[in-house]
Amino acid sequence: MTITTIAFLVENKPGVLFNVANMFRRRGFNIDSISVGALVEPDLARMTVVVDADAKILNQIVEQLSKMVDVVNVKRLDPVRTMMREMLLIKVESSDPMAREEALRHVNTYHGLILNIEPDSLIAEVTGEPETIDAFIELMKPIGIMEISRTGVTALEKGRLKL
Amino acid sequence: MVEMSGAKAFVKSLEREKVDIMFGVNGGAVLPICDELYYSDVRFVLARHEQGASHMADGYARASGRVGVCMATSGPGATNLVTGIATANIDSAPMVAFTGQVPQSMIGSDAFQEVDIIGITASAAKYNIQVRSPGEIPHAVKSAFHIASTGRQGAVVVDLPKDCLVQSGEMVFPDEVSFRGYNLNLHPNPREMDWAATLLAKARRPVILAGGGVIAADASENLMQLASLMMAPVATTLMGKGSIPNDHPLCSGLCGMHGTGASNMLMSEADVILVVGARMSDRTTARLDEFNREAKVIHIDIDRSEIDKNVETVTRVVGDAKLALQGITERLSRALQTSSKNEEWLKRMEQFRKQYEVPDHPANPHLKATQVVKALRGALPRDALVTTEVGQNQMWAALYFDVYGPRTFFSSGGLGTMGWGFPAAIGVKAARPDVPVVDIAGDGSFGMTENNLATCVEDDLPVIVVVLNNRILGMVAQWQRLFYGHRYKAVELGTTPDFVKLAEAYGAVGVRPTTIPDFEEAVRQAVKDNATTVIDVSIDPEENVFPMVPAGMGLTDIILEVGPEESAQPAAQGDSGKAEVVAED
Repeated sequence: MTITTIAFLVENKPGVLFNVANMFRRRGFNIDSISVGALVEPDLARMTVVVDADAKILNQIVEQLSKMVDVVNVKRLDPVRTMMREMLLIKVESSDPMAREEALRHVNTYHGLILNIEPDSLIAEVTGEPETIDAFIELMKPIGIMEISRTGVTALEKGRLKL
Repeated sequence: MVEMSGAKAFVKSLEREKVDIMFGVNGGAVLPICDELYYSDVRFVLARHEQGASHMADGYARASGRVGVCMATSGPGATNLVTGIATANIDSAPMVAFTGQVPQSMIGSDAFQEVDIIGITASAAKYNIQVRSPGEIPHAVKSAFHIASTGRQGAVVVDLPKDCLVQSGEMVFPDEVSFRGYNLNLHPNPREMDWAATLLAKARRPVILAGGGVIAADASENLMQLASLMMAPVATTLMGKGSIPNDHPLCSGLCGMHGTGASNMLMSEADVILVVGARMSDRTTARLDEFNREAKVIHIDIDRSEIDKNVETVTRVVGDAKLALQGITERLSRALQTSSKNEEWLKRMEQFRKQYEVPDHPANPHLKATQVVKALRGALPRDALVTTEVGQNQMWAALYFDVYGPRTFFSSGGLGTMGWGFPAAIGVKAARPDVPVVDIAGDGSFGMTENNLATCVEDDLPVIVVVLNNRILGMVAQWQRLFYGHRYKAVELGTTPDFVKLAEAYGAVGVRPTTIPDFEEAVRQAVKDNATTVIDVSIDPEENVFPMVPAGMGLTDIILEVGPEESAQPAAQGDSGKAEVVAED
């Protein structure tokens, strides 16, 4: 099993996300993360799916996606050539001044932003590779995480290659 | 651009697709369509249940090679089509199913007869479309026919909210449609064909496995040409039956769970297996990790996702089976100086045929199903068309009813839908009114859709139904006998209905022959009269279908017979892992 990122372009119309998700469910493929966004061309959207699968399943995922009428283009991203980012929003306890100091320091270390400070909580934004986000969350756990929300991975390959 | 109602544009779109017949049941949400059909030449065959309509459209599609069309109203009408949609799609039959839908203003409100048919059919159909304005209808219909009939063919659903049918819009009728994400993969890559031909040229024990893709691509002639060039035996899947005539010297018959000994053994001893248009389903390969691992598998398929899905291949040829077979034959005839000399390999086929002959015990008071099926073949003209139900009747037909060409034998292979054969036969008859059409049925399967007798009689689509009547769900009972210690549960059907009276109640002919000559006479009479006839033949409920490979076993674990009280415990029963496989299937 290897973690693989697959990017694909789809028709930007109702029901396509459902059909994609449904295909994964129907064939028993697990999705680690999925993200979707519009492109410059308004009639297309780009989806990025991260899966943990062996070679045979991975091949099936790519072929089954390619076969879908509303999926325009599919590519297994080359990990060496790929820039991957995920964004995390995190809300932590901060009524204790020591805890707040600690939180601010960690966010700073991870080049994050403080988006909101309340008397007893704060919200920070951190962007990075999924493993970086994982590490950051581990670091924040002792401070007291109230809520987190992750966007899922989005990715582009370097150079002139495009999907 | 012309302005007209959605319903009018819908019927016009059907006419532009040269639809001359459709099967369905009317209802509230499709009333505007039926009102337009009132003025149209499109023939509407009224089924008595939507499932029947969907199978009729499927049968029509398989017999004619054209798109079969069915229609139902919203809600239960639509859900009743689902079995037919899934059946057609898994067997790659081109079908378009139109469903009525509540007006868009009511969608999501759980209105009367509202159901989310798009969500329900998302994984059962090749594609589905919900129309959102009247003006989208011509494009949606064109798209549905295009997608259903090209590439790997399949079933497409078009959901039509009632407001889109009633309201008017500016209509543009496209001559063609295209989808950037929809690749037909028609033309095989020359290098893939080179490589395939190279491997085939070196093969010493080649076997061709022909699937339904050969028939869909009209590639039977090409298949036989290549087989003759290589002198390679041809095994078929259930869907591939008819791709090569059963009396062709190179045809080794059905492969798989109920495959012939010859096919299964040749597949297991082959050094190169050329798969043409087949999914390599569990019923064809039997236990996968025992499937011939020495052989180099070459897979031709128009659907890339089928390659390497179940069986690992050495090389693939993605494309239309006809073009691929042509290309490979061309290359191979250059590579092979003389016609291949596989004398010994072909002798092996003869040897397996004799070795794995199913013993023919004399019949008890009942007729033997195998005898009946063979007698049916003899009594029918050579060009008769046959559908089957699902279960023992299907396997007896597949094994013992010889067919001589493509599009002559129709069966629900992938989904295994009991009740499919009879309505499908009605669709076949609609496509080919010139020849007799026979449904080889069991009493269990026929009971599931027998109400379509009304459609046969009222719509003048005469079909002959041969009910192999064993008063039991035969295949399930066979499994209970062989693998569950003969403990019958939920399989005994009793002696009702009286199929002769049932036929007569519908205005059809019912007969109950008790000898083979009487049976043959009944068949000849039904053919001569071209009348809907139910021929009720009593067979022994204990008769098994052999050869058989128990579920969870390899292709060569062939059972040919068992004694009356003996259970065919596969060796795997002791091993809990394997026994689970047996129980699951």
